[in-house]
Amino acid sequence: MEELRRRLARDVDAAFPDLVAAVRDDLYGGLCRLHPREAEDLAQETLIRAYRALQGYEPAQIRTMNLRGWLWTIALNLGRNLARDRARRPQPVEFEDRHGVEDPELPDVEAWDARLSRLSSRQRRAVVLRHVVGLSYAEIAGVLGVPEGTARADVHRGLTRLRTIMEVER
Amino acid sequence: MTIEQQLSALSSPAPSRVTAGVMLGTGLVDGCSVFDSPIGEVMVAFNPLGVSAVDLADDGAPGRFEATHGRPVVEARPPRGWDAAIRRAIDRGTPGTLRLDLRSVSEFQRSVLVEAAHIPRGQVRSYGWLADHVGNPGAVRAVGSTMARNPVPLIIPCHRVVRSDGRIGNYSLGGPHRKWELLEHEGIDPGWLEGLAARRVRFVGSDTTRVYCHPSCAHARRITATHRMEFRSADEALDRGFRPCASCMA
Repeated sequence: MEELRRRLARDVDAAFPDLVAAVRDDLYGGLCRLHPREAEDLAQETLIRAYRALQGYEPAQIRTMNLRGWLWTIALNLGRNLARDRARRPQPVEFEDRHGVEDPELPDVEAWDARLSRLSSRQRRAVVLRHVVGLSYAEIAGVLGVPEGTARADVHRGLTRLRTIMEVER
Repeated sequence: MTIEQQLSALSSPAPSRVTAGVMLGTGLVDGCSVFDSPIGEVMVAFNPLGVSAVDLADDGAPGRFEATHGRPVVEARPPRGWDAAIRRAIDRGTPGTLRLDLRSVSEFQRSVLVEAAHIPRGQVRSYGWLADHVGNPGAVRAVGSTMARNPVPLIIPCHRVVRSDGRIGNYSLGGPHRKWELLEHEGIDPGWLEGLAARRVRFVGSDTTRVYCHPSCAHARRITATHRMEFRSADEALDRGFRPCASCMA
């Protein structure tokens, strides 16, 4: 990331494709848990907005940015707006054939999405950013706009809640 | 597995559509699709600003795009609604509602292209006429090279711009024979225009209306042979008491 920041500061257009390659999987993977149906659109829109913003930033500013945290701030804002917009218009219901594909090595994504959906949105974001995406507590605090101690507590409470939910499942 | 390990195994790689969508959305890469045209299949390139290029759809087209525009092109579907607008623009030989990205040419060249976009279907104008219309009568050669570099031929109808001596002249999209084909497709007889040019006839008029026109003007083509007058210059027509056609000489 350090090297990428330097290159972005020098030439946004030249380095941007490498930023996309470096962050797209984390961004998409995390968004899949927070906004399953819109993850693809949100990941795309986040990176396009990031590009437009970077074009207007001073090189010195880019060199000191926390790129991952910044991208997640954009992504979560877009996700919130999307939820607000969605509330105002009807959404099609999608039916998917989920027959017969079982891979014991892979975690049961649907079961996890169901469990995550039972957390408060604040705990869900904190848990996903920490354990699915892998952000540090400091980064999560920045993204969610809370003190680091609060971010740590949100993750902790979220995990405790998940454990309780899984106990009940058994 | 601990809960933490199970959660971290939930991440999934982004589909390649995401990267392609981002690159197209930022304009770092243009999208392109193949469309039918009167002279065969053409590659149309586009980005969020508009259509950026029209070229013959051969294997060399992406390379030529990158050399001219300094960014690559990838196959993509145009934004919603653009598909029909592109088809219509190619069919009518004018941009209509279609947005164009003309960043690859200079400001002067842009003004020439915008003016050329207004030449009606089935008619031709000369490089000199176009130079006059952008308020720079001395820039005939610059107008000629602008037509040669038109990034969006067919949509900006540079095939309707001919040499000032009346000959059909060259064409960037596949050579002069393509220009003939396109003009014929629009109902003009390029052979007839070249014949007039060979006799140095630049304008024709009607001795009943006393109006003179460009030979390809719709009004000129209605003049019957017995009433048709031919002029080698506008001055000659004016001296003989003719006035310029309001439609093609404006």
